[in-house]
Amino acid sequence: MEQITILEGRQKQIFEKKKGVAQPDIACDTSSLSGSVSQRACVFCGSRVVLYPIADAIHVVHGPIGCAAYTWDIRGAVSSGPELHRLSFSTDLQEMDVIYGGEKKLYHSLIELIEQYKPKAAFIYSTCIVGLIGDDIDAVCKKVAKESGIPVLPVHSEGFKGTKKDGYKAACHALMKLIGTGSTEEISKYSINILGEFNLAGEAWIIRKYYEKMGIEVVATLTGDGRIDAVRRAHGATLNVVQCSGSMTWLAKEMEAKYGIPYIRVSYFGIEDMSKSLYDVAKYFPDRPDIMEAAKAVVSEEVKSLYPSLQKFKKALTGKKAAIYVGGAFKTFSLIKALRSIGMSVVLAGSQTGDKNDYARLKEMCDEGTVIVDDSNPVELSKFILEKEADLLIGGVKERPIAFKLGIGFCDHNHERKIPLAGFEGMYNFALEVYQSVMSPVWQFAPRKGGIL
Amino acid sequence: MKHAKTATQNACKLCNPLGACLAFRGIENCVPFLHGSQGCATYIRRYLISHYKEPIDIASSNFHEESAVFGGSHNLKIGLKNVSDQYKPEVIGVATTCLSETIGDDVPGILREYKKEFKNGSPMPILIHASTPSYQGSHIDGFHAAVRATVKTLAEKGEPQELINLFPNMVSPADLRYLKEIFSDFKAPLLLLPDYSQTMDGGPWGEYHRIPPGGTPASAIVRAGSAKASIEFGSTLEAAKSAAGYLDDAFGIPRHHLSLPIGIKESDRFFSLLETLTGHARPEKYEDERRRLVDAYADGHKYVFEKKVILYGEEDLVVAMTAFLSEIGMTPVLCASGGKSGLLKRRIKELVPEMDELGIKVREGVDFVDIEDEAKVLQPDFLIGNSKGYTMSRKNDIPLLRLGFPIHDRFGGQRMHHLGYRGTQELFDRIVNTVIEQRQNASSIGYTYM
Repeated sequence: MEQITILEGRQKQIFEKKKGVAQPDIACDTSSLSGSVSQRACVFCGSRVVLYPIADAIHVVHGPIGCAAYTWDIRGAVSSGPELHRLSFSTDLQEMDVIYGGEKKLYHSLIELIEQYKPKAAFIYSTCIVGLIGDDIDAVCKKVAKESGIPVLPVHSEGFKGTKKDGYKAACHALMKLIGTGSTEEISKYSINILGEFNLAGEAWIIRKYYEKMGIEVVATLTGDGRIDAVRRAHGATLNVVQCSGSMTWLAKEMEAKYGIPYIRVSYFGIEDMSKSLYDVAKYFPDRPDIMEAAKAVVSEEVKSLYPSLQKFKKALTGKKAAIYVGGAFKTFSLIKALRSIGMSVVLAGSQTGDKNDYARLKEMCDEGTVIVDDSNPVELSKFILEKEADLLIGGVKERPIAFKLGIGFCDHNHERKIPLAGFEGMYNFALEVYQSVMSPVWQFAPRKGGIL
Repeated sequence: MKHAKTATQNACKLCNPLGACLAFRGIENCVPFLHGSQGCATYIRRYLISHYKEPIDIASSNFHEESAVFGGSHNLKIGLKNVSDQYKPEVIGVATTCLSETIGDDVPGILREYKKEFKNGSPMPILIHASTPSYQGSHIDGFHAAVRATVKTLAEKGEPQELINLFPNMVSPADLRYLKEIFSDFKAPLLLLPDYSQTMDGGPWGEYHRIPPGGTPASAIVRAGSAKASIEFGSTLEAAKSAAGYLDDAFGIPRHHLSLPIGIKESDRFFSLLETLTGHARPEKYEDERRRLVDAYADGHKYVFEKKVILYGEEDLVVAMTAFLSEIGMTPVLCASGGKSGLLKRRIKELVPEMDELGIKVREGVDFVDIEDEAKVLQPDFLIGNSKGYTMSRKNDIPLLRLGFPIHDRFGGQRMHHLGYRGTQELFDRIVNTVIEQRQNASSIGYTYM
């Protein structure tokens, strides 16, 4: 087979855990190498994913058509009420706008859209060329806010001004402007915000149900099934519970600084981490032992029904090997544990946006011989999948065809999924999906397994 | 209530660079490369993958703030070097984005410099540059820009040959395979560009391929300059923007410009042209296909007669489909496109002169909210277009027949035929079945015979 080499300048972002070998820190938090086919997106993408699920606001993309077209209704973030987030609005800048500026077009677009759709707020995303052509979107937003009486929030998400993480930050910045503007009356002392949960396939509802069963009030979910009014009063919660380490930690830190609300980091994937996320919240309210009792009851009830149903999958999957390449490193931790609970080992683990601490922890968690990558690309992923003889790849849409071409199973763990994978019931769905893909008889025809080319 | 409308809402088009990436994918051993932010490449990959279900690597020069201030030259060069090292491509197809166009990067100049600076390194790939600013036109313009740029870069004058160039427009991999089959049956040497029939719809891999096999070789494209004729599909595609137009200007190769051959009349026109150019009668196989299609028209005509349809998509597809629907007695009450060539109505009128009497309305530069507003008034029996019409289809309870690109909510869009007698047959069967299914579902009796 052809030798696949790693690009110079990428070596430091790849690491293989080996005994007796010096363990350097993995390089990360850098922007992608020019010309390597990064699986990452851009600043705009980061902002867009964070704010997308807010369903009673309009999301207006200021720029040429592409950015809005490619993000139209692409996520499985569902709403229990309004669905404005599933519409795509763009100022669709043309050559003349590029020459003469797009401010007027933005102004008219906003006034008309607000009149037509009556949103509770508007988010205005600036794309690559907006700054270059000199549009002052802050001024336009201010003017429209004044005239329309709703918050009109600029999101400075020019694609090239950093990485996806900077986009998360720009989105959180817009959220910070809303937080603190609503009434916190009647909010219980035993209350939380759920941060970094986007209600893909209704996952936020599952999580919320567990917390409510424990007697915890959920003030706001940021941003799954999001509502502007809920965001406005998020500062009334006692604790922030942060999932998806990449996107929302910044917001949690800001809220801690400004409102004194502490935060904990959790994950809702897999039995172990899901249970821990309930216990950790309960521990935060030691004056109410009944909350911990309720958490234990939730876990025991859920696990009692889940555990036996997983055994069939575990029996079939024991000894199979997985490769994980997802957006945030925190998800990778949970997936490693979840896979182990169904008998699988992990031979490749990586993320698009993990930081130094994340990778240090990943190193600790992984078995000998596991390859760890930051901001990887199709060539590398394929190389390691083949070398390590993985049976499964977990990733997003861009990774899916790599797995299928090479003849191995795939589990979609990205924003487009339509099946909830969070919570205890999500763990069942996850195991089922992995089982269905890895155990399918179709792989017998894959060349890798001796099938006929 | 009618609202004033400045913003584009639920766009019925995509941006320029997407088309260029797809076209470059139809050249053998070619890596598409976007000169702009990382997001453009990633979004476009995602969008294409969801339709074609194939890996598609698109490199990016990955602009940073400094590149936007001082120009993207440095990033572009490093990017080209890295792609050359990692993919070892024969060709790199560089398309610009709104960002690199707005800051005014002189891409041809940078490519020249690159070739000079790295000429003693590893083998130098052929560099093709297409200018595809997203603030102009739509994805289809990027597609044609890339095809034209490819021919412009590679085609050379040579000894005249029997070769026929075919520039098929943005059609499906299945269509491309059918076109190749036709030429092979005519025993006519063919240069098909682009040809992503295998790269975007190929087999499994025993080992990793940096670049999937398939596509038109650069060495073959060189000979486009000595072909005896070019055929180009797409009625709104103007010579000044097209590959065949360039070859006509530069080498005097006659350009035969046809609508996408959908329906019997337009397919006949295509086959007649092939007969003229090759001097061979059409093989019996295609007579058979045509006969079966005429027979199917007879068998199915009552289901479709005077059914009202809203058609949308790329302008050339809309023109061709309008011609086809008219010949089977259906009425496209609205022919709509997000594209804005200024030619849509004129081209439809040329193929369907009685369009006004038939009540065919044409609108360019519209989005799905415009189309939905029209649908509420026009009350069509169904919609024909890509997957993105599903939102309005569901909301207004109007069935959607999917074709073209993208098909993100059904399986096998890349294997769908549209062109020639075979493609028309497939479309006709699907249209009739859509009507039958609708009737069957609406019937309280539940007939098993329809």
